[in-house]
Amino acid sequence: MTLDQASNGQRFQVVSIADRDISNQAIRLGIYKGAKLTCTGKLPGGPIIIQNKMQEIAIGRGLAKKIAIQVL
Amino acid sequence: MQCHNLTEQIDINKGARKLVLVGNPNVGKSLFFNALTGIYVDVSNFPGTTVDISSGRYNDMVVMDTPGVYGVSSFNDEERVARDVILYADVILNVVDALHIERDLFLTQQIIDMGKPVVVALNMMDEVRKNGIQIDVDELSHQLGVPVIPTTIIKGEGLEELKKALDHARVGNRIPIVMEHLPKVRSLVDEDSEALLVLEEDENILERHNISQTEGMREKIYEARRARVNQITDKVVQHTNKEASFSIKLGRWLLSPIVGFPVLAVVLWLTYKFVGEFIAQTVVEWTEEIIMGEYYYNFIVNLLEPLIGMDSFLGQFLIGEFGVLTMAPIYVFGLLLPLVVGFYFVLSIMEDSGYLPRVAVLTDRSLNSIGLNGRAIIPIILGFGCVTMATITTRVLGSKRERFIATALLGLTIPCSAQLGVIAGLIAPLGARMILMYVFVILLVFVLSGTILNKILPGKSTDLMIDLPPLRIPRPVNVLKKTYIKSKAFILEAGPLFVLGAAIITVLQYTGILDVISNAFAPITEGFLKLPKETAVAFIMGIIRRDFGAAGLNDMVSRGMLNPSQILIALIAITLFVPCIAAVMVIFKERTWKESLVIWLGSFVISFLTAGIVAQFII
Repeated sequence: MTLDQASNGQRFQVVSIADRDISNQAIRLGIYKGAKLTCTGKLPGGPIIIQNKMQEIAIGRGLAKKIAIQVL
Repeated sequence: MQCHNLTEQIDINKGARKLVLVGNPNVGKSLFFNALTGIYVDVSNFPGTTVDISSGRYNDMVVMDTPGVYGVSSFNDEERVARDVILYADVILNVVDALHIERDLFLTQQIIDMGKPVVVALNMMDEVRKNGIQIDVDELSHQLGVPVIPTTIIKGEGLEELKKALDHARVGNRIPIVMEHLPKVRSLVDEDSEALLVLEEDENILERHNISQTEGMREKIYEARRARVNQITDKVVQHTNKEASFSIKLGRWLLSPIVGFPVLAVVLWLTYKFVGEFIAQTVVEWTEEIIMGEYYYNFIVNLLEPLIGMDSFLGQFLIGEFGVLTMAPIYVFGLLLPLVVGFYFVLSIMEDSGYLPRVAVLTDRSLNSIGLNGRAIIPIILGFGCVTMATITTRVLGSKRERFIATALLGLTIPCSAQLGVIAGLIAPLGARMILMYVFVILLVFVLSGTILNKILPGKSTDLMIDLPPLRIPRPVNVLKKTYIKSKAFILEAGPLFVLGAAIITVLQYTGILDVISNAFAPITEGFLKLPKETAVAFIMGIIRRDFGAAGLNDMVSRGMLNPSQILIALIAITLFVPCIAAVMVIFKERTWKESLVIWLGSFVISFLTAGIVAQFII
C-alpha cells in the first residue's frame, strides 16, 4: 500500500520512494527505505503527518501516493 | 533589497580565519551568532524567510552565519548559498538541535565528510531534559571524532565552554565509503570539501570544475551516511517513555481538522482585528490625522510658506498637495509605518512560535488546486505585508512553474499592508454588503487566475514536504527586534519611492500633463469604469505604488468626489492594479523579462476588466 492509505496512529516501514530527487531530500529528514515511522495525523484530502522519533514532517497527498509502505 | 553576493559581505582582512555557523532550520543558530559577535540577526522560524548571510567578528576570526539547511547540496537557493560559504570555511560551528538529533546529525556527518574542522554545539538541552531523553555527550563526541558541547543558548548555558572548544575544533571520523572514493576525484578540484560534493553529484560544483563524468554515488553515500547516523543515535540517545509534552500535543491538535481550521480562522480574524481595525483605523487616525496631518503639517507649512509661497513651483513641489515634504512624509510615517509595524509584529509571532509551517499544512489542499503547495502560503501571507519582499521569498517554492504562479498572484491580487490599510479605512464605512462584494471579487480573481495558470502552464508542481518545528513561545525581545528590522527595511524602501512619486505627480500636475493624461483615459475611467476622470490621477500614482494610488483615492473620497459604488469599483481596480515599482523591479530580477511583462501588463488588463465588469452590474 502507499502512504496516503495509512491511518492515524499506524506504525509502518517505508518500502520505496518512487521519485529519486525526492528520496535524496527525504533521507535527510529520516524518511528512507527501511525507516520505521508513525502516521500521527491526516488532513482530509490533504497532507499526511508522520513522526520519526521527536521529529514531525508533513507530506503532501500527491507525494504520499508515491511512497510505498508496509504496516508493522 | 540586500544583495546575496557573499564575497561582498566578507569584510576587510582576507587572511582572517572564517568561522562558519551551520545547522538545520530553527536550531537557534542565529543566537549563537549573536552571542559570539554581539550583532543581532533575524531569528527565523521558517526556512526561507531570508537567504542573506550575516557576518561579524569574534576575536581574530570572521564569523559567518548561513541559512538553515538539512544538508549541503543544491536542492534550493538557501542550500546553494549555504554550500558556497561552507565549502571554503576554515572552522565550522555546527549547531545541532538535540531534540532532533537524528535529523541534524546527517548534516553534521556530511560536514565531517568534507574534512572540515568542526565543533558541535548540542543545543536545546533543556527541551531534551523536559522530554525525558538522555544523550551520552562523551560517546557522541567519541563517535563523531569532534568536540561536542551541550548548550541551552537561549539561557546562555554552555557558551563559555563552547568558546573554549572552538580552539580545539577537529576533523572528525569520515564514513568509509567517502574515505574510499574521495582520493579518486581529489585531483579534479582544489579542496577536500569540493571533492565530496563531486562524489555527491552536486551539479553546480561539477559545472564549476568542468567535470562531466560522474560515478553517480550520491544515493549510495546518502544511504551510508543515514545508516551511520542512525547507528550513532541508537548508541547515544535513550528515550525514557515519558508522555508527549504539552507542546507536542498542542502541535498535533493544531493540525487536526476539527481544531486546526477553526484556530486558523480565529488567528486570521484576530490579525484582521488588530491590523485591519485597531491599527488601520484607531492608531492611524491618530498618527496620520493628528500627529502628521496637523502638528507636522502645520509646522512644515508655517516654516516654509513665508519663504517660498504656496503657489510657486517650488512651493507646490515641497509643500503642495503632493509635496515631497507634506504628502510623502505624512503617508510614510502617519499611515505606512504603523501598519507595517503592526503587520510584522503579528508575522514575527507566527514565525517564532512555529505556527507558520502548520498554516502551510492546513492550506496545502486548497493551494494544490491553483498549482501550488502549502509552502506557497508563506509568500502569500508575506505579501499582505509587502509584495516586494514576498516576491523574493517565492524562491522557497520547488519549481519554476510554482514561482511564476505565486509571483503572478502576488502581483495581481494581494494588497500589501499599506494599501490594505487605506482600503480598510475607505471600505469599512460602506457597510458589510460592500465589504463582502469586495472580498468576493478579489478572491474570485485570485482563484480563477490561479486555476487558469495551473491549467495552461506546462510541467508539474511539486508536493509538500515540510518539517514541523516544535511549537515554542516566542521571545518578546526577538519578536520586537525582528519587527523593528523588517519595518525599517520596508520604510527605507518605500520612503524614497513615495518621495519620487510625489515629485513626479507634482511635475505632471504643474505642467498640465496630468490633465492631458486624465482626459486621454477618460473613455476608460468615465466610460467603462463609470468613475470621474480625475481617478486617472490615482491610477497614475498607483503605477509607482498601489498604496500611493489608494492614498490618491482616499483624497478623492475625502473631497466627496466618489459615491459608495464608485468607491468599491475604484478599490477593486486599484487592488488588482500593477504592483509597485519596487515589486516590479524584483519581479524582473527574479523572473524572465517575458514572464515579468506578462505579469505587469496582465495586471493592467485584469484590473480594469474586472472593475469594469463589476461597474456594469452595480452602477
